[in-house]
Amino acid sequence: MRIAVASGKGGTGKTTVSTGLALSLAGDNGAGRHDHSQSRSRLLFIDCDVEAPNAHLFLNPDFQVRIETGPSVPQVDGDACTYCGRCAEVCEFNAIAVVEEQVLTFPHLCHGCGSCALNCPEDAISEVPRAIGLLEAGPTPYGLYFTRGIMNVGEAMAVPIIRELKKWDVGPGREEDREGMDSDYWENVIIDVPPGTTCPVVEALQGVDFALLVAEPTPFGLHDLRLMVEVVSAMNIPAGVVLNRDGTGYEDLEQFCEDADLPVMLHIPLDRRIAEGLARREPLTTIYPEYQDRMREMYESIVKMVGRDLR
Amino acid sequence: MKIAISASSPDLKAEIDPRFGRAACFIVVDDESQEWEAYDNPARDASGGAGVQAARFIAEKGAEVAISGAFGPNAYEIMVATGLKMFVFRNTGSLQVSEVLSRYRDGDLDPVTGPSGPGRHGK
Repeated sequence: MRIAVASGKGGTGKTTVSTGLALSLAGDNGAGRHDHSQSRSRLLFIDCDVEAPNAHLFLNPDFQVRIETGPSVPQVDGDACTYCGRCAEVCEFNAIAVVEEQVLTFPHLCHGCGSCALNCPEDAISEVPRAIGLLEAGPTPYGLYFTRGIMNVGEAMAVPIIRELKKWDVGPGREEDREGMDSDYWENVIIDVPPGTTCPVVEALQGVDFALLVAEPTPFGLHDLRLMVEVVSAMNIPAGVVLNRDGTGYEDLEQFCEDADLPVMLHIPLDRRIAEGLARREPLTTIYPEYQDRMREMYESIVKMVGRDLR
Repeated sequence: MKIAISASSPDLKAEIDPRFGRAACFIVVDDESQEWEAYDNPARDASGGAGVQAARFIAEKGAEVAISGAFGPNAYEIMVATGLKMFVFRNTGSLQVSEVLSRYRDGDLDPVTGPSGPGRHGK
């Protein structure tokens, strides 16, 4: 089962929910109370919020693998190039330009699609990797495996990093480390999606079985939940809502869920103790251990909704 | 010699557009004949690299001088490679294209020697 935790609006509690769910499925509340009878092994957590990853603060991974990553950008062989301009014509992102008898490339604009190299009639363009971020992976003390991507400061494109990161959902590490791990290796994958509804979010959601949408009952929360629901509908991903900071008195959000036929799967109240615990890097399941059962019940509902238990 | 000026609409009486890559239009004026033509900027809504595309566009229209409010690093690099001279207008308020043109002729515009600002890479 691949479950994405997304929100639209930032700061609604994605990481609170995703780390709480992961620890609950791992059978650990994050404070050393490990219930192995509840443990679901082969659990992978992917933090796709590569611009500001923070799930590691709650899951304490020991990063044993670090790999640089980024798109392949064009390198032009000046001897073979005839300056025909075909590469610049086909570039959707204006990342390559032919000026007089010069080819200028703008690596920061390049998305690594490879069209320039593919269309070059002289085969004068080769693709060379350009590191824009880092993939990191390692075990946690809680019986789950952790990976994240982190984008270099000054870079603007998260999608190529997320795309590479999600290849790790078949197993951690480099190709050679992944021997024997096919796409069924992980029983459960929890994906922490970046905020917003832009390309990085779509990339992170690609291929998941279910999307948990974390929303707060405020007018902003409702506005962004609407957008997020449009995204998951367009992608045909079944979804449910976690209502975080419940108890503000703003009823429109739950009304919207009812009207849109979106199940509200979990309520987390507006509670000072939760905020204080999170500020101390305690996961929700440490602050209130009863959330372990609630999260597991939510997981079982998701399995029913998706209509297939993968194991 | 042809001069390209970023403008908010396709007319000599139009207000200038302070943006280069994402300007609405370019007015290209022939300095000798005084004839001019207006073009919609094809890079205006580009998903990325608007400065690159706009710079290529005015170069193709034969411009040798570009006048705008600012030139980003990508546009700047293309301009230098193409040999276009860049000038910026400052403290303009709501100047018309024709007024900027006469300031250029009077030598009142600042030549550009480096990109202005860090640029805005499209996502």
